[in-house]
Amino acid sequence: MTEWILFIVLTAVAVGSALMMVLNRNPVHAALWLVLTFLAVAVFFLVLGAQFLFAAQIIIYTGAIMVLFLFVVMLLNLEREREPIVTGGQRAAAVALAFALLAVLVIAIAARTSFPTMAMVPGGITLTDLGVALFDEWLLPFELASILLLVAMIGAIALARRRT
Amino acid sequence: MVPTIAYVIVSAVLFTIGVAGVLLRRNALIVFMSIELMLNAVNLSLAGFARQFGSATGQVFILFVLAVAAAEVAVGLAIILAVFRHRDTVDVDNMNLMKW
Repeated sequence: MTEWILFIVLTAVAVGSALMMVLNRNPVHAALWLVLTFLAVAVFFLVLGAQFLFAAQIIIYTGAIMVLFLFVVMLLNLEREREPIVTGGQRAAAVALAFALLAVLVIAIAARTSFPTMAMVPGGITLTDLGVALFDEWLLPFELASILLLVAMIGAIALARRRT
Repeated sequence: MVPTIAYVIVSAVLFTIGVAGVLLRRNALIVFMSIELMLNAVNLSLAGFARQFGSATGQVFILFVLAVAAAEVAVGLAIILAVFRHRDTVDVDNMNLMKW
């Protein structure tokens, strides 16, 4: 019962703030609404028994990624920029496509997967399970991720450098 | 207990909002934030799958998605910054140099 209440509240917060992010004209406000969505998803992780990912989500997404976004918004000084309004036809087409995608996703999940009838495997995942899986079965992808981050760091410096 | 399918459907709704953001908005920064929202929606369903199957693999995948998202944000924001210096705008309609 408690899980249902939490689920409904978190869904309302996540979906509501995601919609506010998409519909807000001010990039700073959009970024702050997105932070709220990320926090709701982080609490979803906690409800789903992924305590480590709850912490990682808050530290990486809301702590690092969104701060980077806000820095760039302030560097660009977009206040003077007026975002041109998408034309009526394009807006209608975009909304129709989004609803069509949602319909396809929901129908596919409900009709073509076995989730509605499948019994849940009992027993949660502990941090030990996660660590063993990460450093045993998934060790090579883990090392590749560190190379990816290094390349991204070098790439970001090379791209954002001021040409003299 | 809330069934896994409920989490997967919330994830689908968040993903759709992200797609709508990419289609509706012309500000490159907001398009980029919508992409982050889509990555997060996928993370939510992966967490649901991890609980459903009692396997840590789903959570390992979320960690990799987090790493890829961090790399993507660093490079993407650097590109947006470079384009802004060059063209003085972040409107995606004006970024048409590579358009056929």
